[in-house]
Amino acid sequence: MRTADTSKMTFSKIDPGVGLKKALGMTPDKIIGLVSDSGLKGRGGAGFPTDLKWKLAANVEDDLKYVVCNADEGEPGTFKDRVILTSFSDLMFDGMTIGARAIGAAKGIVYLRGEYTYLRSFLENKLSKRRRDGLLGRNIMDTEGFDFDITIRMGAGAYICGEETALIESLEGQRGEPRNRPPFPVNTGFMGHPTIVNNVETFTWISCIATKGAKWFNDIGTEKSTGLKLFSVSGDCKKHGVFEFPMGITLKELLEKVEGTDAKAVQVGGASGRCVPARDFDRTLAYEDIPTGGSIIVIGQNRDMLLVAKNFMEFFVDESCGQCTPCREGNVKLLEGIDLLLQGQCSMHYLRELCSLGESMQMASKCGLGQTSPNAFLSIVENFKDEIMGRTESV
Amino acid sequence: MLVSEREQLRANIERQIQDYGNNRSALIPVLQEVQLKYGHVSEYVMQVVADILNIHPVEIYGVASFYSFIGHKQKGRFIIRLCRTISCDMQGKDRVARQLENDLGIRFGETTPDGNFTLEWANCLGMCDQGPAMLVNERIYTQVTPDSVHDILEECRKVFGVHTLQEKEMLCELPTQAK
Repeated sequence: MRTADTSKMTFSKIDPGVGLKKALGMTPDKIIGLVSDSGLKGRGGAGFPTDLKWKLAANVEDDLKYVVCNADEGEPGTFKDRVILTSFSDLMFDGMTIGARAIGAAKGIVYLRGEYTYLRSFLENKLSKRRRDGLLGRNIMDTEGFDFDITIRMGAGAYICGEETALIESLEGQRGEPRNRPPFPVNTGFMGHPTIVNNVETFTWISCIATKGAKWFNDIGTEKSTGLKLFSVSGDCKKHGVFEFPMGITLKELLEKVEGTDAKAVQVGGASGRCVPARDFDRTLAYEDIPTGGSIIVIGQNRDMLLVAKNFMEFFVDESCGQCTPCREGNVKLLEGIDLLLQGQCSMHYLRELCSLGESMQMASKCGLGQTSPNAFLSIVENFKDEIMGRTESV
Repeated sequence: MLVSEREQLRANIERQIQDYGNNRSALIPVLQEVQLKYGHVSEYVMQVVADILNIHPVEIYGVASFYSFIGHKQKGRFIIRLCRTISCDMQGKDRVARQLENDLGIRFGETTPDGNFTLEWANCLGMCDQGPAMLVNERIYTQVTPDSVHDILEECRKVFGVHTLQEKEMLCELPTQAK
């Protein structure tokens, strides 16, 4: 695997099982306290405080609760979860088990994207071994009364199922259409039971935090964005792969590490993220500045920004679940607008209308997909207007 | 499909639904298994699953048509899905696509007349650092070049040409049903 020197990743220095053992020696309240002290926020990109999610689920009375690991990484430019699943899956399973202890869940589900079907048997074997080693099943690590097991369920090629309520719909045998919230999955999740849905990376950091302590994690990063984060780097830079950086790193620093400093722009957060032009490379990758699930696509000087925008819009037209009108129709309109721009036939007036449509989509769409799908278009229009208007060559 | 085949199919589906706990959440795994075994989910299968789960067949159609890895039309034995998303695009997926079309003699969305290959686009395969990437059934190929397309296709043809026991079994299970 051609990843950035994985030996330098924190994960590689942490033995699986150590954090789990420590956590199982604590009360569920203490575990949530530990997560709370670490300041860990969801690593899928939304940045919801992990401890709060767990606390809400822990406080609901129910005989049956679920821990769901969201391994449906479908954001363009993201592949960090693939590396975790391939190289550090035991840490991830440990994290899920710690989560189960914290909220009192007996069942865990890994929702693995269909594109990663080739990883399934590998992960199934890992789970079988964990069962044999007493890390899953009854009285885990001799913890009286703590029973937990994990099953793997496959996605079937739908980006939207990375949205947690769509993921749950899919698990329940429905079309992957997001639900209205509230109620939230922590109350009414899989089959109506309290469910925590966390990202692969989030669970893995939980293991690290349980091993090395909350203070270790909290001391890294910024005040509002603590700890380390994995970044999936691709595009026009010399070093591709998964890199581990502290939260709050500036784009400039990151580009130096991956040898892509002459970039024209960086697409942060994948198709649903935003396009940051070179003059803003001093901005930081943190929840309070530019939030990201870790997708970094470096765009070189010779790239046509309009084609970049077109690629993203085609993606969203294809992946919109079609449930709500702003997203279903809006993405198609924006794509048509990009084609007009490519042909050099878009008036400034119409471009303004398209931008206003994009803003309406951000407000009116039901879930994160439609709320974020205009981002790339809007930021490219905002930052590269000179490049996209009045074209004379048709592409 | 012969009556005996239909009976066997029904029995298989019944058993799978039992394995998954006999409720609606069994639906997608069961459709996936049918897809894997028969290459598509036929209307007959949808009817059978609907009967067993006691829901309307239209519900099944709604679910099956939602997911891009589940299809109700017969596709090729090898489904080639080339990633078209940004990073693979920047790394030259267009040329790989062109060469695939040239070597197979079909366009994207089509199946070769011999029923061996279907060519499709995929959205991000999570191999952005090693693009262009493509899936052939469940197998992932990375850093594909126009030049290596031929070898990959030959590899597939060879797999299919080798009549190991397993492959023979697979042949027998392929549907005889008309489209």
